[in-house]
Amino acid sequence: MRGDGNTLDQYGSYGRQRRTGGERLWRSFEELEQAPEFRLLAENEFAPGALEREGGPSRRRVLELLGASLALAGAAGCTRQPPEKIVPYVAAPEEVTPGKPLYYATAFLLGKVASGILVESHLGRPTKIEGNPDHPASLGATSPLAQAFVLGLYDPDRSKVVIRHGRISSWVNFLAAAAAERERLLARRGAGFRVLTEPVTSPSLAAALRALLAELPEARWHQYQPLTGDHARQGSRLAFGEPLHVLYRLEQADVIVSLDADLFGAGPAAVRYARDFASRRRPDHPAGMNRLYVVEPAPSVTGAMADHRLALSNRQVELAARALAAGLGLPVSPQADAPAKEWIAAVAADLDRSRGRSLVVAGEHQPPAVHALALAINHQLGNLGRTVFCTPPLEAEPVDQMASLKELVADLAAGRVQTLLILGGNPVYQAPADLGFGEALQRAELRIHLSLYEDETSQLCHWHLPEAHPLEAWSDARAFDGTVTLLQPLIEPLYAGRSALEVVSIFAGRPSQTGEEILREYWRGAAGAADFERWWRSALHDGLVRGSEFPPKPVSLRPDLFARLPEPPAAAPLELSIRPDPAVWDGRFANLAWLQELPKPITKLTWDNAVLLSPATARRLELAGGDLVELSAGGRSVRAPVWILPGHADECVTVHLGYGRTRAGKVATGIGFDAYRLQSSDRPWCTSVQLRRTGERYQLASTQHHHAMEGRRLVREATLAEFRRDPGFAHHGEHPPPADLSLYPPVAYEGYSWGMTIDLNTCLGCGACVIACQAENNIPVVGKDQVARGRAMHWIRIDRYFEGDPSRPAIYHQPVPCMHCDHAPCEVVCPTAATVHSAEGLNQMVYNRCVGTRYCANNCPYKVRRFNFYLYADWSVETLKMLRNPDVTVRSRGVMEKCTYCVQRINRARIAAEREERPIRDGEVVTACQAACPVQAITFGNLNDPAARVAELKKDPRNYGILEELNTRPRTTYLARLRNPNPALERL
Amino acid sequence: MEPERPQDPVATDEEAPVIAPGHTYQTVTDQISAIVLTRKTPREWLLGFTLSFALVMLLLYSIGYLLVAGTGIWGINHPVGWGFAIINFVWWIGIGHAGTLISAILLLLRQEWRTSINRFAEAMTLFAVACAALFPLLHMGRPWLFYWLLPYPNTMGTWPQPRSPLVWDVFAVTTYATVSAMFWFVGMIPDLATLRDRSRRRAAQIIYGILAMGWRGSAKHWHRYETAYLLLAGLATPLVVSVHTVVSFDFSIGIIPGWHATIFPPYFVAGAIYAGFAMVLTLAIPLRALYGLEDFITARHIDNMAKILLATGLIVVYGYLMEAFMAWYSGNEYEWFMIRNRISGPYKACYWALLACNGLAPQLLWFSRVRRNTRLLWLIAIVVGVGMWLERFIIVVTSLHRDFMPSAWGMYYPTAYDWTTYIGTIGLFLALLFLFIRFLPMISIFEMRTIVPPAERRARG
Repeated sequence: MRGDGNTLDQYGSYGRQRRTGGERLWRSFEELEQAPEFRLLAENEFAPGALEREGGPSRRRVLELLGASLALAGAAGCTRQPPEKIVPYVAAPEEVTPGKPLYYATAFLLGKVASGILVESHLGRPTKIEGNPDHPASLGATSPLAQAFVLGLYDPDRSKVVIRHGRISSWVNFLAAAAAERERLLARRGAGFRVLTEPVTSPSLAAALRALLAELPEARWHQYQPLTGDHARQGSRLAFGEPLHVLYRLEQADVIVSLDADLFGAGPAAVRYARDFASRRRPDHPAGMNRLYVVEPAPSVTGAMADHRLALSNRQVELAARALAAGLGLPVSPQADAPAKEWIAAVAADLDRSRGRSLVVAGEHQPPAVHALALAINHQLGNLGRTVFCTPPLEAEPVDQMASLKELVADLAAGRVQTLLILGGNPVYQAPADLGFGEALQRAELRIHLSLYEDETSQLCHWHLPEAHPLEAWSDARAFDGTVTLLQPLIEPLYAGRSALEVVSIFAGRPSQTGEEILREYWRGAAGAADFERWWRSALHDGLVRGSEFPPKPVSLRPDLFARLPEPPAAAPLELSIRPDPAVWDGRFANLAWLQELPKPITKLTWDNAVLLSPATARRLELAGGDLVELSAGGRSVRAPVWILPGHADECVTVHLGYGRTRAGKVATGIGFDAYRLQSSDRPWCTSVQLRRTGERYQLASTQHHHAMEGRRLVREATLAEFRRDPGFAHHGEHPPPADLSLYPPVAYEGYSWGMTIDLNTCLGCGACVIACQAENNIPVVGKDQVARGRAMHWIRIDRYFEGDPSRPAIYHQPVPCMHCDHAPCEVVCPTAATVHSAEGLNQMVYNRCVGTRYCANNCPYKVRRFNFYLYADWSVETLKMLRNPDVTVRSRGVMEKCTYCVQRINRARIAAEREERPIRDGEVVTACQAACPVQAITFGNLNDPAARVAELKKDPRNYGILEELNTRPRTTYLARLRNPNPALERL
Repeated sequence: MEPERPQDPVATDEEAPVIAPGHTYQTVTDQISAIVLTRKTPREWLLGFTLSFALVMLLLYSIGYLLVAGTGIWGINHPVGWGFAIINFVWWIGIGHAGTLISAILLLLRQEWRTSINRFAEAMTLFAVACAALFPLLHMGRPWLFYWLLPYPNTMGTWPQPRSPLVWDVFAVTTYATVSAMFWFVGMIPDLATLRDRSRRRAAQIIYGILAMGWRGSAKHWHRYETAYLLLAGLATPLVVSVHTVVSFDFSIGIIPGWHATIFPPYFVAGAIYAGFAMVLTLAIPLRALYGLEDFITARHIDNMAKILLATGLIVVYGYLMEAFMAWYSGNEYEWFMIRNRISGPYKACYWALLACNGLAPQLLWFSRVRRNTRLLWLIAIVVGVGMWLERFIIVVTSLHRDFMPSAWGMYYPTAYDWTTYIGTIGLFLALLFLFIRFLPMISIFEMRTIVPPAERRARG
């Protein structure tokens, strides 16, 4: 048990015993006198190099690994329930029933901002993340990043032990060292002590840090993470005089203008914003369908949803923002070279018509002026308080993070920092390269790093402490709207990691305090509840503290805003925009193979980042996709492959962060290039760049090689006006085969008859369904080489098509799971009857019966079948065995697999229904992809139930099946996409 | 060994003899059995066998690694689930067609010129079928479970799925292999007895003796033998058509454009005979020169085979034209795209090479001078062999790599293991053939004796 095993007292007495021994027996006078030289010698018992060979794994390392694997073998055998009381989300059965999972509410953290999740737990093993329907940032859905949260817990490359000077140490040693350090710090009132954290939204951690700082008044607390949000805060300061957090109510807006804001693809509120946006995409919504304008350099999932999208470079986005403000009567002088004047004028007119029912959003990476302009426009349009709300910042101590980091680096360089405690984050890798954080860091005398991985920063620190994963630890955090979410552990720390809260507590002189105690203690005070236990239980059960969201703050525009607005930068010959990666974010998820292999929403690239540029720019620079180029900015350069992306702004290139890791684990180390090396602290997101061809080539692994639909009507689209005129537009040109066209007698599906619809009108192409399916169905990752060979294993893929002019293409997404055809071409050709049709219409794979002729995959017109060309499933890593869904077979080499419509979920619902002697209710079976979808594009259910939502949608005139002319009778169908264009722009 | 004559001395009209003048029973038996029993093994044989045996080792290595690692060592992927394995399977099984055709159909049609080449063609058939049969086994994800494709009562309580052409394939190929082997062996019994009687070494006498199954050459034996042989020929005849028809079903039952075509069965059968005769010529021309068998495999044989090559080649070209025409005429966008993709897509070089090899090259055979020029004919036969391999490549790969969903389109590139497995089976085929010509009579002695002109039979006998 954790409380017994890890207390300082116990170890402390052990330490004392050793010391007494040391006093009795001595080897030399130095030892007897405890001379410092001897202490050094005793610590390094053997001469350097005597034990470890340079390069390659040492004997010691091999033994460590052997030991670790043995320990892991044990870990898999018995799951480790945390000893504290955690509260299951659903009514718990009397006792845990094997085979029946429990769900616990906790939160996924992105940039330390919470979104609520429910974690499925099988006998104490968390296996799957679902959204928390009660949580405002989730509403039951998740992002792809949240789906991979559970893989992060079991990542075999996570740091497992305390490391000191590159060698295995222990918490005991660290606690002793920390106690000694605390004494020294107290003596000098904390002078020279610095704490570097990521921005802290956790009220309890902030309180703990404040308490520590109160004790050590000379100490300083710095906060930094790559996605600082500084520009938004500065913009708000420009507009309102204080750094406020801005919230949007997209469901209230008729007209939405995004100035390079990836509202639905990035950030901790993306899932909620996508849901709110999608709720207004339905043509039958009483308030009408909304209209989205997007201006952005590189196409994002938000841009792909736009009714009108304009590809502009970063500088042009700023000019467009000014022109838009000017067009709405704000005292801004539009620049002479403002782009797309008619387009902007049309948008301004549309906004003007929708005062109070519109909103303008500035992207996080846009300069403060754009943020200020967006706020001013919203103010001008009367949107503030109706669609746009300002609240206090989510961070407990909001700071300008880049300034905070710069200050730390300056102090480090000046030798003013003796002790640096880094709680999370990986600043050596993630700080902009011009700061030279790594070199400065080494000036500190004692460097301690707490993190999930032994990473680039750990390498340069004296102590590396393994951090407890958020699924292993107690903590709290705020969601995008300020809602407090308590995080409860699902499992005892796999590797004796500790949370930031616990480590701060060590420095506060309370090393034996557990995270739960600290958290309860804090909230006992902060909750102000009469019955704290009841409050605590309900907060844990619900996964949020109800009513804790920030109230909107009334604001007024500073009168001198327009005078103080910074001038836009001069035009750069070639502009570089730096963005977080849609899959691995700022690099923190880089070692999660699910995310590495998730095809990035627009490029469909996996396992790499690339230099994205437009077809026209590629032509001018004479570049082809896969050419290796050298990018130089700020005197530093990286070599990177080129990827040509239709819809990208001209004379501008985009790179993504998160790759080029040098010490990140087996998955992420050495893949891609490090875009932080191009980042400058003054202009972190957009700068000028030189591009030089190297003449070399580089293989990128994309999952889609053909980007045009070839005139095949796979994605069907119409404008809202066309749809109103002709609701059946999706069916024009179809050649449906006669109903009785089959050699076999018709099958009546009595009882259940499962089917699915996917609404292309709301689908973002974000990939949440892909990762949810991967997590639910134990789908293996195959690696870059296999993806490049066309062997990715995802059961649901998201096809992305470009249509029209490559400089301004329409971008379509189409998720393609198995169609579960009633006349399935795969079934007739299987020689061993390994794929058969169920009485409920499912096209089933019998893995045991499959001998792997692959005929079924060849004969599948939708190409949704996936073959295990090698033994892709990991059968050896112990922690990954704990991750598996016990309800789904782990497939072996040489068998075919594919989407099952989550048959295990159907059966779970069936068992529950049969026990209660009732039919399965509509909505009781939710497939993994459906559950994760932020926009609820996927609907699944019983087609024989006329009241079922899916049956209703199948009657929608927009409902159509793809390749129906082949007489396959697909059970998965699509709802055609609608666009709501501005008539004024259609004429342009 | 005799030097190859610049031009065969025999005229190629219908009346030309199928055995050189001057042969008696004695000389026929002497000359053919000597290859096995008394003549010194030629150095060329040793060299050829060593090389082909080395390729067999390469094949064994490739198969071993395949079983250890999985089919991922090949270039197959999604969407191209079948690659070299199926291409090679169809190619080999096609090559295996000439044997049965020559043995059975020409026997029933009383084409006595077949006599000197039938044994050899049957052996070739058998070895080609052996090579072919390797591939469907190896291409499976779990080849150790191949017997699940066979109908046998089992505890799983299930049978093969009868709607799948792969199950039909199992029956077709195993039947074909069995009948071909029986036909070949039964046809050899009198000759094995000859070898038994003529060999001087004890071991050879015992082995040939066992294989001869007690043949004494009595009238009763001959009577029963002739009946059995004719019956087997009757059994084998439908197989000539059925095997490749069923193999073509593997494709035409599928719904993939480029596969789903009713022309496939006749087109495949013609292609198989075409490939088979090309292979017989490829092997017969050098062997004939090496062992000095011009007296038995005469210019008339060569000429006849060249004519069959031309005829079947024309049928195959008709198939190509019809395939393209129907794709256009059907108005089916997927079919029409498939043809355009073959003509101008990423594999267009293969398609045009196929048309050149199978369509243009055999047109030279309209000229009797070409048919009589064994070197040129040999080259044409090899070109046809390559062309038929390309045809299967085009059918398998270009149909799959771009079918209905453009998002799922991909490319297929063979890996080193694809090539070593393929070349390895060529090695296996040649190694078996080398063993055959060294240890068994490659020309039917007793049947050759039946065509020795009556005047000659006794004169020197």
